Amino acid sequence: AEVEETLKRIQAHRGVVATIVINAEGIPVRTTLDNSTTVQYAGLLHQLTMKARSTVRDIDPQNELTFLRIRSKKHEIMVAPDKEYLLIVIQNPCE
Amino acid sequence: IGHPEIFPLVFTTKTQEIFNCRVDEDVTEENCFKLIKKEDIIQDLKTRATVSDFHPVKKVVLEYPGEELLVVFDAKFQYGQNFYFVASEEAKENLLKPPETAEEKEEEKEEKEEENREESLEIHPYKPPVHKPWVSLGKQTFQKLSSPLTTEVSLFQIKYMISRVCRKFGAPITFTDKNASHVKDSYVECTSYQDKTFSIKILEKDVGIQMVPKVREVSTQTKWTYPKNAATQYFPRQLSNDEKEESLSSEKLKEFLTSVHLRMEIALQQNEIMNAFFDDWKALAEDENSSGGKPDVYLKGYQSFTDLRYLKDRTISCICWHPTIYGIIAVSARQRLSYEEQVNLSHKSSLQQSVILFWSFFDSIHPQLMLECAEDIFCFQFSPSDPSIIAGGCINGQVALWDISQHEEKLQNAKTVADGTSITAVNTVNASILNVLQYIYMSGGKNGTEPTLVRYCAVSSIQYSHKKPVTDIHWLPDYFEDNRMGATFEKRAEICMQLVTCSPDCSVLFWNIPATKLPEQPSSEKVREEEICYMPPDVPDTFKHLDLCWKPLIKINLCESGISTEYGPVRISLRELHYHYKTSEKVQSLNTLEVPAKESPYTEMNTSSSKNLKVLQSISTDFFVGTEDGEIVYSDWKMEIDSDSAKPHTQKDTIHTETINTLQRSPFFKDIILSVGGRNFAIWKEGVTNGPILQSSCSAGRNTVGRWSLTRPGVFFIGRDNGNIDIWDLLKKTHEPSHFQNISESMITFISPWIASPKQHFLAVSDDLGVLRVLEICQTLSHPLRNE
Repeated sequence: AEVEETLKRIQAHRGVVATIVINAEGIPVRTTLDNSTTVQYAGLLHQLTMKARSTVRDIDPQNELTFLRIRSKKHEIMVAPDKEYLLIVIQNPCE
Repeated sequence: IGHPEIFPLVFTTKTQEIFNCRVDEDVTEENCFKLIKKEDIIQDLKTRATVSDFHPVKKVVLEYPGEELLVVFDAKFQYGQNFYFVASEEAKENLLKPPETAEEKEEEKEEKEEENREESLEIHPYKPPVHKPWVSLGKQTFQKLSSPLTTEVSLFQIKYMISRVCRKFGAPITFTDKNASHVKDSYVECTSYQDKTFSIKILEKDVGIQMVPKVREVSTQTKWTYPKNAATQYFPRQLSNDEKEESLSSEKLKEFLTSVHLRMEIALQQNEIMNAFFDDWKALAEDENSSGGKPDVYLKGYQSFTDLRYLKDRTISCICWHPTIYGIIAVSARQRLSYEEQVNLSHKSSLQQSVILFWSFFDSIHPQLMLECAEDIFCFQFSPSDPSIIAGGCINGQVALWDISQHEEKLQNAKTVADGTSITAVNTVNASILNVLQYIYMSGGKNGTEPTLVRYCAVSSIQYSHKKPVTDIHWLPDYFEDNRMGATFEKRAEICMQLVTCSPDCSVLFWNIPATKLPEQPSSEKVREEEICYMPPDVPDTFKHLDLCWKPLIKINLCESGISTEYGPVRISLRELHYHYKTSEKVQSLNTLEVPAKESPYTEMNTSSSKNLKVLQSISTDFFVGTEDGEIVYSDWKMEIDSDSAKPHTQKDTIHTETINTLQRSPFFKDIILSVGGRNFAIWKEGVTNGPILQSSCSAGRNTVGRWSLTRPGVFFIGRDNGNIDIWDLLKKTHEPSHFQNISESMITFISPWIASPKQHFLAVSDDLGVLRVLEICQTLSHPLRNE
């Protein structure tokens, strides 16, 4: 219930196209997109997040990755990593 | 010294005393000779042995032949000592005697040396010259002879005469050459040698070096031991539903979300507030590109359609693009009437069939479809929710409906000229409610050469329709409908079911197309007894129930209370004409329009179709009406409770001198309206009551029609009666059209812009001769500038 509420709130932001929650192995748990797209996003972003996390750790072992934002021409992909899960939000920036 | 007889001696004073040769007493410089007896010296030697001064010369003394020895005082130390001892008699004699004859001897010596050849013997007694061979004594003898002359005195003069042999005198001399190198040492040579002092030693030397890379070619070959596949195929892992449920409810997920959502919200908000990556510089450049450079032709002719059979002597009254199918245009044709005829419009039966023709881009000669009607159609519109329903207003005031759902597929496939396939009966493409009803009638296997004729499904009842031609017809948007009392309700289904028409008979009518109950069986077998008229085959009886008994829902009489002048509306423009076509955008969320239902007397009087609907208060019910006399009336059709007819709080403005032929809202701004009539046009804003916000000057010709551009808010098109189209770009110039173009020779009757694809923007223009031209709008006109 809480989970639902939080996700709904995020989804209700202006410009948000999709919200995906994936677990530590990269398997989507919760999504608002269709299956094939979700799976694609999950696989690609999971790997990228792992890479980014290891990069940050390599540079400074005390540091850790808190947020990842990929800005493209059409929209912005935001990834919030955690120990077990990954929250991915795709948003159309306002313009 | 060269004088072997002379021995220098040192005489001590003792010795000098003994021999009486004391210096400066016995022996002086002038008188330097002293003769000492030999016997004395020997005696001295014996007595004093080694001490004696004569000891060194003891031997010489003993061997001395003479009796007396000469000792000379050498005052000048000529021989190194103060005395010297002359060892020989001869020398003694010479020494004793020379000082006398020294001078003489010198003179003679000089003579001898100079005169070598001849001598004169004047001094001495004459002797006859004696030939004596000249004896060369050589140099050495000469030297020998000369040297002692300085110190010794010769006792006698010897004269020598030396002369060469006479015969050798004066003889010719012959010179011969002799090589110098034959004789050894005959010449002295100074050969060149390298003198070290003059040579430059090279200390620094420039040496060129080139480095050559050592190139070596090596090749290897790997062995491909055994081929194996390198491709894999996988499918993504997915959680089963149970697992998903489980994980969703897990605590971990909750914690995760609570910790993460704040970050995410911050990021989302940031994006909402501002676009951090906006490139202002690039944005400027885009403006430059689009506005620079004038195209040659703003409207390029794309296609033109005309038909000789059906459009002969006809003019096109209305153009409509098919909302969903690309490339389909429908035109309605009516008879060309002169002005008097139009005014005194009597119910004329047309000799020709009045049709609406459907054209396709791909076939410009044959129309695809024809909709037939009893009367000329003045205007028509596609239903926004269902593009196969067409409503048209006839010239006699009736409203007709067509259903072309059967032919939809044909229209969609209208690509080739010859279409040999027959149309199937059941059209399962469209899934709207209306089309589920009846698909019985097959259209006979007519090919594409002959356009299929579709008869109208329903016309409104004559007595309740307008008395004068229906000049404007619009579908009401699908999210509200009216009930009998005029209050607006939210629509449940997304189907446009209501029409509004206006006519110069001073009335505005609202029509309702009630949804019919779905019969279980196709009603081809059923014959409805209520229906009087006979429906020919081919026509779907979608609106059978309405045929000839269709009544308007609401009738609004436009008359100003008190003055009782009536307006004859020609064009109507409602505020909320916002169509949603099914293929494109999402339907606006209706949540925003929800208003809690009030306890109002309206709800009791619901019609059957609007049961649980809510009353909408926020929809504006104002509308603009353009009248026959050139007035713009702004009023409201919401009805009061206690009166049947609408009490319009109208505002009217008269700027147009003639009939208004266009009243259109801007597709970008809901409250901006363009009105075109007669010789000028104006732009109005709702709420601004004292006049139009823009008014054009009177132009020479008459403006016949005007339309906003669909893509650029500041552009609109005006058609004129000389066949020109004026393109107005308000951003460039506001006092004259930015461009005009001649399209046809006759009057332009209708313009309709359309966006067929993002690259193709069309403008359909029809003229008085019945020709429909489709023009392509060039990019500068179709692409909006930034922030336009």
